[in-house]
Amino acid sequence: MIFKAFLIKYGEIGLKGKNRYLFEDALMRQIRFSLNGAGEFEVTKEQGRIYVNVCSDYDYEDVMERLQRVFGIVAICPVVFCEDNSWDNLTKTVGDYIDAAYDDKNFTFKVESRRADKHYPKKSMEINADMGEYLLERFQGARVDVHHPEILLNIEIRQKTYIYSKSIPGPGGMPVGTNGKAMLLLSGGIDSPVAGYMIAKRGVTIDATYFHAPPYTSERAKEKVIDLAKIIARYAGPVKLNIINFTDIQLAIYEKCPHDELTIIMRRYMMRIAERIAREDGCLGLVTGESIGQVASQTMQSLAATNAVCTLPVYRPVIAFDKNDIVAISEKIGAFETSILPYEDCCTIFVAKHPVTKPNIRVIERSEHHLDEIIDAMVETAISTRDIVMCE
Amino acid sequence: MGAYFDNAATTRVYDGVCRVMMEAMQQNYGNPSALHTKGLEAEHYIKTAQERIADVLKVSAREIVFTSGGTESNNMAIIGAAYANQRAGRHLITTRIEHASVYNPMLYLEKQGFEVTWLPVDAHGTVDTEALRAAIRPDTILVSVMCVNNEIGTIEPLDEIGRIIKEKNPSALLHVDAIQGFGKLVIHPKRLGIDLLSVSAHKLHGPKGVGFLYIRDRAKVRPLILGGGQQKDRRSGTENVPGIAGLSEAVLEVFDDFDEKIDRLYELRSYFIRRIHEIDKTVVNGWSERQEGFCGPAPHIVSVSFEQIRAEVLLHALEERGFYVSSGSACSSNHPAISGTLKAIGVEKIYLDATIRFSFSFETTKEEIDACMETLAQLVPMLRRFTPGGRR
Repeated sequence: MIFKAFLIKYGEIGLKGKNRYLFEDALMRQIRFSLNGAGEFEVTKEQGRIYVNVCSDYDYEDVMERLQRVFGIVAICPVVFCEDNSWDNLTKTVGDYIDAAYDDKNFTFKVESRRADKHYPKKSMEINADMGEYLLERFQGARVDVHHPEILLNIEIRQKTYIYSKSIPGPGGMPVGTNGKAMLLLSGGIDSPVAGYMIAKRGVTIDATYFHAPPYTSERAKEKVIDLAKIIARYAGPVKLNIINFTDIQLAIYEKCPHDELTIIMRRYMMRIAERIAREDGCLGLVTGESIGQVASQTMQSLAATNAVCTLPVYRPVIAFDKNDIVAISEKIGAFETSILPYEDCCTIFVAKHPVTKPNIRVIERSEHHLDEIIDAMVETAISTRDIVMCE
Repeated sequence: MGAYFDNAATTRVYDGVCRVMMEAMQQNYGNPSALHTKGLEAEHYIKTAQERIADVLKVSAREIVFTSGGTESNNMAIIGAAYANQRAGRHLITTRIEHASVYNPMLYLEKQGFEVTWLPVDAHGTVDTEALRAAIRPDTILVSVMCVNNEIGTIEPLDEIGRIIKEKNPSALLHVDAIQGFGKLVIHPKRLGIDLLSVSAHKLHGPKGVGFLYIRDRAKVRPLILGGGQQKDRRSGTENVPGIAGLSEAVLEVFDDFDEKIDRLYELRSYFIRRIHEIDKTVVNGWSERQEGFCGPAPHIVSVSFEQIRAEVLLHALEERGFYVSSGSACSSNHPAISGTLKAIGVEKIYLDATIRFSFSFETTKEEIDACMETLAQLVPMLRRFTPGGRR
């Protein structure tokens, strides 16, 4: 492989003030984590740039795919080295690189060079001009275009020279671990994994809670949620998944409360439980995949009713998204196929024929009083007997 | 105490079968086509298997072709026979309650320009023989009927079907899918006028991935798998010697003391049905009691509908207590002629989602049935209390 390093471009985090090193260190940590198992790499920071130096054999496609999952990376530039900085050798290396990297030799280009090593005999303007001349001579179909070049050839002269011209877009966002931790309410559906992905993209570490209701939901449904958490973990780093046995609470609600309010009350208890665990584990907010009006429990009134039980902020990144838009992201991150596996989750199985769509919080609260004698103990049991699975 | 009551799905492999397979894999591991003694040893397993099977079916050993299992046997019988005989006609007959590995090849042939008649069944799941008589035409080349229905266990009137074909169009071939029937009732293809018979090993305590197709001498079948010409060009590919050796051993064990074992299994089945009626609002689908000849239920399958219970929930609740059963499969096909067995026999809509299949093996005991009944007696009232949509 001709590329011996990757220059990592990061946008937003470059703007941070005195905390900047925190963001850069987090990005480097995430890059190292993502490359785990792909070969030997050295991730370094020099003069405000992050380089991934290759120290062993590697698979280009694989490494690129891994880097493209690291939040905080705006672009990845594969770099060719030139060890011997003599002018003849440099022009040859650059020419050979262009020859190998571009099939179509009728291109427009611009050379942009930087001298970190100020002892180099040519100044950067001279390098630009002379290299341009060399390339025009070597590639007859090439033309210079300093405003909109098809190939922007970067030459950075240091102990060795770094040559790069391609820039492959990364996912953007901010490195995970720079913005605290949030608790994702993860179901087996399409929306919640997407919500987790979107929040993680802003640098947030993700914990997750899943409500399992055996025998109403099967082991396969649980396996599916673990698989989804693993998909999120490919972007967000290890996800701590809390699995709550929700059956008893669900049955109690079913028995004591009006059926048309079932889903709302159930969701209120899910939020309460998730918030409790979130606080215990130091999460700063809850994340859900709710989207306005998608189902009865996601009307504005229903959202207000479920929101009312929490004091932590609830983040709903897909709140204004249409289903199609959510599906598009789900497909992009590789969660869709898993999400649509047909195992029932606890929301679908206990659904009333005509659930309330405009719940009144006071009415809901009154219904919940039917549970007063038993519910606290049940919630305690559910939290203390939860299973924890680390998904990575 | 739990029990495995899903023997119609697959069975535990007998210890003796495992031993023979180990031997075939590690000692006599030659390629049966090889010229040296190692090859001969391997070929010996195949010959023995053919002889044992031929002995049970009272046919000739050369009429047995080994396949990768029931699905391949059915595909080969139907597609292979249709193509080999299409000059005599392009009309096929089958029933509305066949397994997917029969109806999907039939649908494929329909698309290829063959005409398929789908025979109706009565409330027991018995094929309408008068409809068969009316359907057979001079250009009918193949009739395919299952031996034992996999969902409710009804035995089809193979003797009468054979007689009708002989009377109306003796050149039409009769294919029998005996995947649930072989090893549970005595089948003599020559006497019944069966030309093709599909069998799978893993339903009779053999390994998965192997089965056979009986092809009567007079029957023309075009091979589906082309290659090195093994098995007299009928089915290419190096024979699955360990699988075939396992199948052979399983046949030997299953047919040892056969009549006594079958009588005992019928007694268990009757006992099960007596006990299941102790539970409120249950319905046994198909036949309850053993009948004479090719009529009545197979000894190992009972299909029970539980009013106001979702089959999948009951299945998982039983699973939690160590009992493994299967839910009456909902039909996945959109074809108007295919409705799934339960619908075809006129099971009411409220029961369609509420049906469980219990299937036994020779290893099943009365104690296991008693334990299952005790568990059901606890579970059923509890689950009914919480049936979604059941209480308003």
